[in-house]
Amino acid sequence: MSNARFVELEDVGVTFGEGPEQTEALQPTSLTVERGDFLAFVGPSGCGKSTILKLVSELLRPTTGNIFFGGRELGAKPVRVGMAFQSASLLPWMSVRDNVMLPLKIVPPFKAGFRKKKHGEYLERANALLEQVGLEDFADKSPWQLSGGMMQRANLCRALIHDPDILLLDEPFGALDQFTREELWQTLQDLWIDRKSTVMLVTHDLREAAYLANRICVMSPRPGRIIDDRQVSFARPRPIDLTFEPDFVTLVQELRGLIVHAPKARKVDAT
Amino acid sequence: MKPTLRKFAPVILIVGVFVFWEFFCLAAGISELVLPRPTRILAAFFEYAPAIWPHAWQTLYTTLVGFTFGVMIGLSLGVLIGSSKLAYDTAYPLLVGISSIPKVAVVPILVLWFGAGTVPAILTAMIICIFPIVVNVSTGIATVEPELEDVMRSLKAKRWEMLWNVGLPRSMPYFFASLKVAITLSFVGSVIAETVASNKGVGNMMLIASSSFNVPLVFAGLMILAIMGITLYAIFSVVERRMVGWALRK
Repeated sequence: MSNARFVELEDVGVTFGEGPEQTEALQPTSLTVERGDFLAFVGPSGCGKSTILKLVSELLRPTTGNIFFGGRELGAKPVRVGMAFQSASLLPWMSVRDNVMLPLKIVPPFKAGFRKKKHGEYLERANALLEQVGLEDFADKSPWQLSGGMMQRANLCRALIHDPDILLLDEPFGALDQFTREELWQTLQDLWIDRKSTVMLVTHDLREAAYLANRICVMSPRPGRIIDDRQVSFARPRPIDLTFEPDFVTLVQELRGLIVHAPKARKVDAT
Repeated sequence: MKPTLRKFAPVILIVGVFVFWEFFCLAAGISELVLPRPTRILAAFFEYAPAIWPHAWQTLYTTLVGFTFGVMIGLSLGVLIGSSKLAYDTAYPLLVGISSIPKVAVVPILVLWFGAGTVPAILTAMIICIFPIVVNVSTGIATVEPELEDVMRSLKAKRWEMLWNVGLPRSMPYFFASLKVAITLSFVGSVIAETVASNKGVGNMMLIASSSFNVPLVFAGLMILAIMGITLYAIFSVVERRMVGWALRK
């Protein structure tokens, strides 16, 4: 399959409701994502950032347009998706490790051998991932015994354990304090460098987008559309000190300017 | 308050109430026909023990059989209603409506249909405990966090996989909490049915005892009901703690 056009959105628009209460969440948007790319969406709240993630994960159907995945229309072949939200939503009756292993119980082809392999191969897989994010000592704990940052680490593990084709992150670090957030940026960067997964990250933290992403799409207020699409070419692995470099600060300021001065929402005639 | 004292405070209060009761009756010279003293009740309990046992067994039997059926029906209905938004929205008003009917009022109808005796007692115990279970289980399943639902849906989880891995375990604390309510309600149901229409059971025994002014025996019946109710409640509390300790963070 083509690597340059791994995910392809073709004039994809989303409208909620009908009649006079109709609201346009996403204006017809076209976008291609390369395999292994790290893409961030920034923009004011309610601009349709999360809508794009929900489209790619098939939680939402587009009102107009088509989505292609690896050259085929979405839905033709099951796409393996890993998803993480701001609330870690770990299951409180399971240990952290069992939480991380949950997708293996549900996603084919892993689910076929779950009963047999959950004490062997899958267990090692979960342990390796937990160790990578520094949770090896907390694998047997209950989720509520973890701090907010640790919960999000476990959440990332759960989103990655089944080797998803694409990782979709919807403000995963939004509820964390600054220090914990920066630690998790580094963890996520390490995971990405290690696995070269394709990532789509939604955030309203511009520094987060600038630090993590290879490419940033800036979106306008609702109805959302992409008003800026740029590459970020800082060398990897990026140290956290990068966020104080002039180039970085300039980038963040530019992004901020784009969002603040974005054209106000307007009624668009459907054409 | 010291930790040990704190631990025994409920026991001290219970004993205190009985001691107060005893001395109040003595001091005020209250007739045994109105309110017998705890020691008299205890004496009556042992005096009539051979006569009480068959009735106690009968009540325990009807309660537990009714309760078991009630749990099975309540759990299945709860899962059914809770796992579909449409079913939940459709059935919930009806459920609330039915559960607000005093189930006691149904006893005469049951007697009309099935005659007096064991069957109406079992059915009353069953009907009375279904609704708290249905309401709790369906609420537990229907209120799964939307983010969690999105995570599961993005993994392309099927409906039953959602239910089995998330909905059911999540509703278990609600289920066990409702069991504790349900078992006490079941006792209420069977005793009332026995009082109205049966020749067996503690309810019937108390009715006969009161018509012959054997007031200590009436209170002894109350005591055996309290003992059975508290014991079953305690059993379900232990089961609850073992099964869904995670909800109590223990």
